[in-house]
Amino acid sequence: MKFSENWLRTLVNPPLSSGELAHVLTMAGLEVEAIEPAAPAFDKVVVAEVLSVQKHPDADRLNVCQVSVGTAASSESLQIVCGAANVRAGVKVPCALVGAQLPGAAIKQVKVRGVESSGMLCSARELGLSDTAEGLLLLPGDAPTGTDFRDYYALDDKLFTLKLTPNRADCLGLAGVAREVAAITSAKLDPLEIEAVHSEIDDILTVQVEAPDACPLYCGRVIRGICLDALTPPWMTRRLERSGIRTINAVVDVTNYVMLEIGQPLHAFDLAKITGMLAGAMHVRYAKSGERLQLLNGENLILQPDMLLIADETKPLALAGIMGGSESGVQQDTTDLFLESAFFSPEAIAGKSFRLGFSSDSAHRFERGVDFAATRNAMERATRLILDICGGKAGPIIEVKGKLPQRNPIRLRVERARRVLGIDLDTSKATELLRRLQFNFTVDGGVFQVTPPSYRFDLAIEEDLIEELARIYGYDHIPASLPHAALSMLPESELLHTPLQLRRILAARDYQEVINYPFVDAAWEADFTHNKTPIALKNPIASQMGVMRSSLIGGLMANLQFNLNRKQTRVRLFEIGRCFVKEGEAYVQPERLAGLCYGDAVAEQWGVPARTVDFYDAKADIEALFWPEVANFQAASHPALHPGKSAQICLGGKIVGWLGELHPRWQQKADLPKSAVLFELDLDPLTARTLSAAGEISKYPPVRRDIAVVVADSVSVQALLDGMQAEKPSIVSEISLFDVYRGKGMENGKKSLAFRVLLQDTEKTLTDAEADLAITKLLDILQSQFDARLRN
Amino acid sequence: MHNLDNLLSEAINLFDGMDDAAELEQAKARYLGKSGTLTELLKGLGKLSPEERPAMGSRINQAKEALEAALNRRRDAIQAKKLGTQLAGEALDVTLPGRGLGTGGLHPVTRTLERIELLFRSLGFAVVSGPEIETDFYNFTALNIPENHPARAMHDTFYVDDKHLLRTHTSPVQIRYMQSNRPPLKVIAPGRVYRCDSDVTHTPMFHQVEGLWVDENANFAALKGVLADFMQHFFERDDLPVRFRPSFFPFTEPSAEMDIGCVMCHGSGCRVCSHTGWLEVLGCGMVHPNVLQHVNIDSERYTGFAFGMGMERLAMLRYGVSDLRLFFENDLRFLKQFN
Repeated sequence: MKFSENWLRTLVNPPLSSGELAHVLTMAGLEVEAIEPAAPAFDKVVVAEVLSVQKHPDADRLNVCQVSVGTAASSESLQIVCGAANVRAGVKVPCALVGAQLPGAAIKQVKVRGVESSGMLCSARELGLSDTAEGLLLLPGDAPTGTDFRDYYALDDKLFTLKLTPNRADCLGLAGVAREVAAITSAKLDPLEIEAVHSEIDDILTVQVEAPDACPLYCGRVIRGICLDALTPPWMTRRLERSGIRTINAVVDVTNYVMLEIGQPLHAFDLAKITGMLAGAMHVRYAKSGERLQLLNGENLILQPDMLLIADETKPLALAGIMGGSESGVQQDTTDLFLESAFFSPEAIAGKSFRLGFSSDSAHRFERGVDFAATRNAMERATRLILDICGGKAGPIIEVKGKLPQRNPIRLRVERARRVLGIDLDTSKATELLRRLQFNFTVDGGVFQVTPPSYRFDLAIEEDLIEELARIYGYDHIPASLPHAALSMLPESELLHTPLQLRRILAARDYQEVINYPFVDAAWEADFTHNKTPIALKNPIASQMGVMRSSLIGGLMANLQFNLNRKQTRVRLFEIGRCFVKEGEAYVQPERLAGLCYGDAVAEQWGVPARTVDFYDAKADIEALFWPEVANFQAASHPALHPGKSAQICLGGKIVGWLGELHPRWQQKADLPKSAVLFELDLDPLTARTLSAAGEISKYPPVRRDIAVVVADSVSVQALLDGMQAEKPSIVSEISLFDVYRGKGMENGKKSLAFRVLLQDTEKTLTDAEADLAITKLLDILQSQFDARLRN
Repeated sequence: MHNLDNLLSEAINLFDGMDDAAELEQAKARYLGKSGTLTELLKGLGKLSPEERPAMGSRINQAKEALEAALNRRRDAIQAKKLGTQLAGEALDVTLPGRGLGTGGLHPVTRTLERIELLFRSLGFAVVSGPEIETDFYNFTALNIPENHPARAMHDTFYVDDKHLLRTHTSPVQIRYMQSNRPPLKVIAPGRVYRCDSDVTHTPMFHQVEGLWVDENANFAALKGVLADFMQHFFERDDLPVRFRPSFFPFTEPSAEMDIGCVMCHGSGCRVCSHTGWLEVLGCGMVHPNVLQHVNIDSERYTGFAFGMGMERLAMLRYGVSDLRLFFENDLRFLKQFN
């Protein structure tokens, strides 16, 4: 809602500066988003009359004008050279005198191609009033010559823009804003006096409201014999323009003006375009399926049956409360009108313009609630203005009234207000606040019965009134106090690793956290997860952000490319976020953790030979995340990963994630110079922990024995370890691999594995014989189960 | 006996002039070895008269001790010099960079979240979360936003199907939490939220923290107190001015917007605060009775306040980030600044 401050001050004029007024409005919940001057600073510009115009002797496009600026001091005319095409004798225009400071220039006494020029005739653009220049700014013939132009045009004004919340539709008209200012500041309100217009003709158009719930009040009136050659008066144009509304013709301007003034949207139909004219009737009804209507904004609608229409006997004329039709609108040659002022219920209008994809000032107001007590007044006000400007004669108002919204009394307990707000509010203070709001109420022992005014659609329960009390009391005056509450500790489970702890582990291992959008390119889903039916958004912001990710890998791959394109050569990223999968009717939204490494294993540095990061580097990172739980890695294939260099990760018999090198196909597709290592893990298993339990530490020294065996290349280390673990003698406390050898001295298809075995007894020092026996047992297992032979 | 003095000073001179441990030991042998000069003198004692013998013996022994002391001194000196040379040769360039894996870092939004969580946990707020594909019911209806309410249009919602959407705020989590927990309640719910909007100041995804306190005495004054305290602690400015303005949210009443004094210009007016000196940082209010009734909490007995703030907004102000979109471009050069 944008309006001229001067206009507001005609209705209520508190002793506050513009800035102070804006502040009190903002602090009362009518946020002033902007205050701008109506015009930039300039001076020494007066209303001038062009007395005569002669061609410049030396320039085709220039004229030499004699101009009266009418003051006593300079009763003589000024000679001014002017290049505007629309200059002619007799017009009134703004004239900048010598010495004037305009937004873009200082005016001096000059010679223009040899002719003296004592000032400048101005266009709207030269005065900073408009962005376009269409020749001189022509003023009405009655503009008093010599008057300071700023005064004449009321330019010493500010434009307020209110950012209204949807509950305050009552302030979508100046009258409402003024009422609010009066309540906040206690300044006196000078409400608009509106008198009924006596009908001079008997013409009426019957109105049939066939949807009384949607349109509980409809006022219509015929006005005949208007002339649209009449110009909208400058004061009205000015106010409209300062509210950001373009002037169109006098009738449309009046309807817009009254909407701004009172908040009631109005519509004028060209009576001649209504089928049957006075013989027919206006219908307020829902659309029939398939009916069509071309709107003023050019939209050609196929109507749906829940859309409310204004229609004549044969066709829809307007989308009720939203927008008029282009055919029945007022044109330059319109002489007879049917003027509408109605109350459409918010429920009937709400959501419609959103669905249609456009809004209008009218829909914006009706869906929030328009004061039904002002509907008839708005009609009278608009009629008066039309008759005054365009002439014509008005018929009587036809009013069809149904069941208007009820305003039932609301109970308001002072004690409850005190408790909710935490302030010392007593009955007399509450009374004063309600009076300032001009609410009707009764009070009995600290309990008020408040009847909300017709223009307030947001007051239905006690809390609504408590908010009103707080607003007028001033949020600033409510103390800020830390609450008193019983202290209780938050649970802090040692059995849970928080996502933050996991993030810190990865950050300490040189990974950088990223955050990606979860809506991704459908191609990523197809490529990296073989998901051919991802969850699609109905209204994506862009087609490559059309589906919900079921894996974090696509986002990390995009981050990799983005950073490689910016000359990074080593990239290590991780993300924790939700993925989305539809299972039956349910949307499953597991949180996952994914990582990507690319480039050198460690950043290029002295003393460390460069080595490209590989599967086992990332495996160590994953093991650190799970530690002290130990996950199991099993060779398996995944659409995103190299089939020979990928593993599924299992914990407690469940697959909890994947690790592997990027599939060469995707490396090639993304044109990556090197491969990347990727992993993706379910978050839940990572956060679960078992409580540590202390065991006995042996007093006796451990014995270390190494065993080296040769096995087929296809046998996995894990299999050997698992086999030994399953049947090992009890004194074997630890078995770990410390070397793998292939190559020279080793037959093809074989590898040598060296294990370190720690033996320990908690009761005594082990003898060599006992240790030998245990090692023999382990070798037996390896030989019998894995065809391993002892390496020489 | 003049000889003995000469011998001693000659030997000490000889030792002191030596730099090599082996040569020193050879020199030692010349005096103290089996047929060393001093040893010979001791052997010669037997030839002296019994009267002369003790005095001479004592003198020779003194000379021997002096010689051994000189020898040890020299041994230590040679050892020390050798060690000194060795150490000097082993000296490192301590300015060479440390080796090994570097350190990564957390996203600035995560860091902001961590701070917010820490501060609210210190007041006893638990941290809870909820789904991002939400039902229309939890995102709107249960929050007192019926169908066709203008507030729905303001939310620019992404829809997945007729009943499911990407949550437009983290407020649905308060409904889910209140359905399964009874007052007193004190929780925050951080998470990603989505709006179908993308321009210089809007990204289609951003992060919010929703907060909720329901108790018998959770009132508007307490709301002001808790949130002012939070902002002052978050920005580590005890003197940070705050103000609360009436506003509208369907799920709170009374509702408020919270402004803080501009942390960039300290209120004197700058581009960041649009020359107002104030920054809007948070929406809040007393939980609407309809919302409490939806989850069967007695709104006569309990009152509550709720608040929601944008984490990117706070991160931008805290770290001086000028463009929201940088958070989700994931340019390592940007992200590494927050490590």
